[in-house]
Amino acid sequence: MSSVSQNFMKLFRGSSGSETVPEQASQKLSRRSSGLGELSRAWEAAEGMCILDLGSTSANNIRHFTERGHKIYSEDLLTASTDPELATTDEQGNAALDSRKFLADNLVYPAAHFDVVLCWNLPDYLDESLVKPVVGRLWSVLKPGGMLLAYFHTRDAGPDSPCHRFHIVGPDNLEMTKITLRRDPHGSSKGVVNTSTDGFQLQRVFNNRHIENLFRDFASIKFFLARDNIREVLVVR
Amino acid sequence: MSAPASGLAQIGKSVFVKGELSGSEDLYVDGQVEGSIALKANSLTVGPNGQVKASIDAKGVVVQGKLEGNIQASDRVELRKSAIVTGDISTQRISIEEGAYLKGKVDIHRADVKS
Repeated sequence: MSSVSQNFMKLFRGSSGSETVPEQASQKLSRRSSGLGELSRAWEAAEGMCILDLGSTSANNIRHFTERGHKIYSEDLLTASTDPELATTDEQGNAALDSRKFLADNLVYPAAHFDVVLCWNLPDYLDESLVKPVVGRLWSVLKPGGMLLAYFHTRDAGPDSPCHRFHIVGPDNLEMTKITLRRDPHGSSKGVVNTSTDGFQLQRVFNNRHIENLFRDFASIKFFLARDNIREVLVVR
Repeated sequence: MSAPASGLAQIGKSVFVKGELSGSEDLYVDGQVEGSIALKANSLTVGPNGQVKASIDAKGVVVQGKLEGNIQASDRVELRKSAIVTGDISTQRISIEEGAYLKGKVDIHRADVKS
């Protein structure tokens, strides 16, 4: 049994979910997040926290944390994973991304540096070859007791679920906009493995056991089920 | 996309500069610069074709192109939607357009309150 399973695992059917913002139905979605609400209580009560945002760069999120006196680090890992120089092949000759090179260029921080990591929906869209190495690195850069928030699609969400950027607009409220790829930071107009013509593609659907396995080195894991086919996961190192 | 204002010092897109740049007027960089840029009381704009690998110390910084290096701005930093910035930012105010890419820490320091 995994260490995560041995720890308390709580399953909530929360009131999280998304709804369309009427005036901008095609572009912006509003989403209530129970996981974010729980994290908010932590950063509202503390000072000088170190927070790592792994989603697309968001002015909202930077403002949200700097106004509260926290340190915010922004690193868009999904876009970084489109670097053409990462392309390689695995032992079976299949296309893959070079996780060693990826981790040499990204997530380079001292051990136990962050109080909170915001993964958003990164694991669902990140190339398979990078998922476990990235989660391993996140474990090492989180402080003991530090928390990580991630969102996972359920199978009902469908294979064409768009990848969103997440803007914090309230203690438990997000605004989501679909990410449209224009170019990556390395100058190419299209990614290597995991992009479609206009955005990132859902790579897989994790079930609860996969998620527990992915975070097995962490101390605890908490699931929040939302109405919009998203499972929110809050893990503690 | 904003064009450089007339009367502004400019580094055109075919120009490559390596070393320490300093001055007392606003600077527009649409070429390549490697080293450091110090414009303590003035602003730096990295144009859409600009590729800057330098530490920046300026009053204001606007980025439309690519910038690799730490930014120290006494007033404000603006990252336009085409900006690609790798480095830490320390400033009083920051604005970031949707689509801009930033990899680094953001430190907002408040203006000294005069008694």
